[in-house]
Amino acid sequence: MNSPSAIAQNSTQYRIEDVSHTFPGTDIEALKNVSIDIKPGSFISFIGPSGCGKSTLLNAMAGLLTPSHGQILINDDQVDGPPDGVGIMFQKATLLPWRTTIENVLLPIELRDGAKAAKAHTDDAMSIIETVGLKGFENAYPGELSGGMAQRAAICRMLITEPDVLLLDEPFGALDELTRERMDLELQSIASTRNATVVLVTHSIPEAVFLSDTVYAMSARPGRISEIIEVDLPRPRDMDTLNHPDFAKFVSRVRTALNKGHGVNDD
Amino acid sequence: MTNTTQSRKKGILPQPVVRTVMAISRWFNGLPQVIAVASVVATVLIGWELIVRLGNIPIIILPSPVNVGAQLVTVFQQLTPGEFLLGELWTTVQEVVIGFGIACVFGFAIGLWVGQTKFGQKAVMPLFVALEATPKIAFAPVFIAWFGFGITSKFVLAAFMSIFPIIIGTAAGLAATTEDELKLFKSMKARAWDVFWKLKMLRALPFIFAGLKIAIVAALTGAVAAEFIGGGIGFGEQIRLAATRLALDRVFALILILSLLGILLFSLVAWVQNKVTFWDNPNLRVTKNGKKSSLGATR
Repeated sequence: MNSPSAIAQNSTQYRIEDVSHTFPGTDIEALKNVSIDIKPGSFISFIGPSGCGKSTLLNAMAGLLTPSHGQILINDDQVDGPPDGVGIMFQKATLLPWRTTIENVLLPIELRDGAKAAKAHTDDAMSIIETVGLKGFENAYPGELSGGMAQRAAICRMLITEPDVLLLDEPFGALDELTRERMDLELQSIASTRNATVVLVTHSIPEAVFLSDTVYAMSARPGRISEIIEVDLPRPRDMDTLNHPDFAKFVSRVRTALNKGHGVNDD
Repeated sequence: MTNTTQSRKKGILPQPVVRTVMAISRWFNGLPQVIAVASVVATVLIGWELIVRLGNIPIIILPSPVNVGAQLVTVFQQLTPGEFLLGELWTTVQEVVIGFGIACVFGFAIGLWVGQTKFGQKAVMPLFVALEATPKIAFAPVFIAWFGFGITSKFVLAAFMSIFPIIIGTAAGLAATTEDELKLFKSMKARAWDVFWKLKMLRALPFIFAGLKIAIVAALTGAVAAEFIGGGIGFGEQIRLAATRLALDRVFALILILSLLGILLFSLVAWVQNKVTFWDNPNLRVTKNGKKSSLGATR
């Protein structure tokens, strides 16, 4: 709320147009005819069984993989490499063990603009580190951090370039349930203060429902979107949301969609 | 009857004996390491001394630790500045350092080539691994034939002996970078230069140092072996001379000095390793402000 970037409207248009992907050398269709128009500032989730292509789709959006058919557009420019203004996070924190927390957080700046620029961003890094509750650990090495703390550092590293779009590939999948819930709450507040568009890949139905405006249920072989569920639970959501009667309703709708997706495969 | 059942149940030894043995074993296991090592060394030395004395073994077959100790005093006197043995030791040290240096430069370069190219990985790496397993010392006469009896043939053999672990360590280290890390750097649009220096090289360092530690000892072995065969100069030549005179007490004393040199060189490399790859050492708990940050971002 207090930094100008938070007030600025997010106008990044992400569009997935008829994307299909077959991994070279195989005939497995990881993705088939996926089209999505992502509203700027919205929070969407891809959920589905392993092999449904959700990570492939996210990697394609991140420019880490070129789909064999169709295109991904960001503000009408075709994505053919990691786009600017997009931050990405993986299931593993992947912090470099020879760098302190703050050095890890500043890595994207250092790689983009050099060590001097990175140093100039020290204050920004510190304030982000503070917001995720890692203050006091800025000079700690990854070996000294717990799994949750390491993921917090990875969040900071993703946020340091002030991206408008956050692509998250099962970011809290390796954390315990309690830590995961807390991280989900933090993620929600980060997304809303920055007005960021968030694309989350997850296999946790409650997590998808809790965080998202739209849940895309996917089915495997070929990987495609089997159902779109709009979650209109009030925001901001908190632990009480989990007890909201509609919450259970949405969870069961997503589950039904996923089960149906499985059934479709058997035909 | 009771005895048989007991021995069947508890083993051949009676219970109190077993308990005493276990108590003694526990006591030994609980000794601090320094005392434990010292006690083993002392036991060996005393045993050795006793065997030589009681067996009346002549000094030209096996000198006793006391004989060797007496020779050590002489050797140390000859190692003081201005004395001849120091010069011989210095020659050997030079051979080791030059040979190791050459092995570092070429080993790293070849390791890069082998580790970073598909062709190198496929065609060259298996050959180096096979060569690493051959007794490279057998090449000593070849190098003496090529480079003569001077210092050159010695440091060349030292380099030849020590280059393979460096090549293999470098190549293996460059392969240690994970897919996740490469993906992360790709997502941050890192330049190839940065991927190499800020990721792959640092990932490779622990492997390279593992190779360097093997290499430094191999370099010393190579230099001394070349001196044995090529003769003329160096600490190895001194050992050979003493042995031809059957002065085994001196041979043992000189070997001890050579061992100390080996331990010193190895420790030096290990010390540098701990400084450089501090994150890789599980015994070194990094303190919050313990390490200099490369960005100077520490405050």
